[in-house]
Amino acid sequence: MSVLVYVEQAEGKFKKSVFEAVSYAKAIADQQSTNLTAISIGDVADSELKELGKYGASKVLNVSADQLKTFVNQAYASVIAAAAEKEGADIVVLSNSFSGKGLAPRIAVKLKAGLADGAVELPSTDGKFSVKKTAFSGKAFAITELTSANKVIALNPNAFGVKENATDVAIETFTADVKQSDLGTVIKEIVRATDKVSLPDAELVVSAGRGLKGPENWGMIEELAGLLGAATACSKPVSDADWRPHSEHVGQTGIAISPNLYIAIGISGAIQHLAGVSSSKVIVVINKDPEAPFFKVADYGIVGDAFEVVPKLIEALKAHKG
Amino acid sequence: MKILVCISNVPDTTTKITFTNDNTEFNTSGVQYIVNPYDEIALSRAIELTEGGKGTVTVINVGEAGNDPTIRKALAIGADDAVRVNAAPRDAYFVAKQIAEYAKDKDFNIILTGRESIDYNGNQVAAMVGEFLDIPSISIIKKLDVDGDTATIEREIEGGKEVLTVSGKFIASCAEGVAEPKIPNMRGIMSARTKPLAVVDAVAIEEVTKVTKYETPAPRGTVKLIPADQTESLIGLLHSEAKVI
Repeated sequence: MSVLVYVEQAEGKFKKSVFEAVSYAKAIADQQSTNLTAISIGDVADSELKELGKYGASKVLNVSADQLKTFVNQAYASVIAAAAEKEGADIVVLSNSFSGKGLAPRIAVKLKAGLADGAVELPSTDGKFSVKKTAFSGKAFAITELTSANKVIALNPNAFGVKENATDVAIETFTADVKQSDLGTVIKEIVRATDKVSLPDAELVVSAGRGLKGPENWGMIEELAGLLGAATACSKPVSDADWRPHSEHVGQTGIAISPNLYIAIGISGAIQHLAGVSSSKVIVVINKDPEAPFFKVADYGIVGDAFEVVPKLIEALKAHKG
Repeated sequence: MKILVCISNVPDTTTKITFTNDNTEFNTSGVQYIVNPYDEIALSRAIELTEGGKGTVTVINVGEAGNDPTIRKALAIGADDAVRVNAAPRDAYFVAKQIAEYAKDKDFNIILTGRESIDYNGNQVAAMVGEFLDIPSISIIKKLDVDGDTATIEREIEGGKEVLTVSGKFIASCAEGVAEPKIPNMRGIMSARTKPLAVVDAVAIEEVTKVTKYETPAPRGTVKLIPADQTESLIGLLHSEAKVI
């Protein structure tokens, strides 16, 4: 019995959410008094793989077959399930990223495992193996017991935090047979905006709504986000009107996020929007309507016109940063 | 082209979520149910792809008879026929197994779902069905075009997108961007009453998860209001009190 964590790489590097998943998996391994093994698929240098030891992995399985250089969930699931069986791992952990969401269910079926996705806390240790996960689009949490022998957990980004736990790490090459039928999808192109912070795992988010009146007014939002090193987001009416891309829409039918700081500008706070952002650690609301429902769930608020407040906020932030 | 669209029956997005029986059950009292909004996007794209005699769209739901109005809504939007697997949807693993069992010998070219249901937010069913059927699954797609036997798909990734192709049968979960949700017209609503809705029995499968309790997010304290001309004190509080910048 051991814990296996899948470490997703992008262009040979691991992101913070990966180190967070390793930290979380290490804490589970400690609960179970066992070791943590990581599995990496694709081209990753040994120096980068060794980084995983900082967060508690004592062994890294490195898979670098030619046909696995780019993400194919079907084939990756086969490799990870094979590694779990070989290592005798009964708990598989991964990050609940876009790719993780396509991967975890396939691993779960292969291992006949219960899957807790959107996990926000460590499993309980009261005899039952239960995981707290988000449900009802952030309006609630479901304590989900994984009753199967094997278990798969997909951790929400920014839910657990990165915890250093220096461990001697051994890197091993791992090979697994990949069926041709596992390679049915072919990636043609990957487009990444490298100058922007990715929204799902951002620690700070600046979001704006209809109160901004039009897409031409987003300059100050982007400036504020740039100064903070924050990602930008928006409300549903804004993405519906094509002022901003759908990928920025947070809320019940968009994406749910849990950053350390969420600044909402010109967003009234409809129940569907709040569902997607209510697990943010600190919420700041700027709205000219003192009756806006968003103020009821905010930590800090400014009642005022966004077009006056945001430029002043930018000045104050510049002064703060010196 | 034969397309199968999986639909969930979920509480309306404006629903205030509460629980009963010592927080072990969702309180369904007074709740309005709708077709899961993401499933509507999947259904709308399926209808676009098959319009003009190019194919048929079947919707499938795993649920009890109370779901029939929601299934009729999907028929009113434009699906040709429907099937309901008559069982309470225990978890995603159970639902995916039922859909895979139904689909395995029906020769659907494409199976679509929404990216997730807005109640349990599983995001699990599409990839699980893909695994049960041993066909490719693509999660959280933003665009779907079909040309003969090959589909071109855009999928969301952190900070960007991935463009991929898939040939032969596949399943995909649809997000915003795939299609504009269609609204049923009067003719659709009338014809939905007489379109076929088959009811089939569920197959047995082992239990792998069980929700034992629900929690609602902890309420926040009262908002601290800062005068509009004192933005510097907001920055100060975020730095020294909240410690987030």
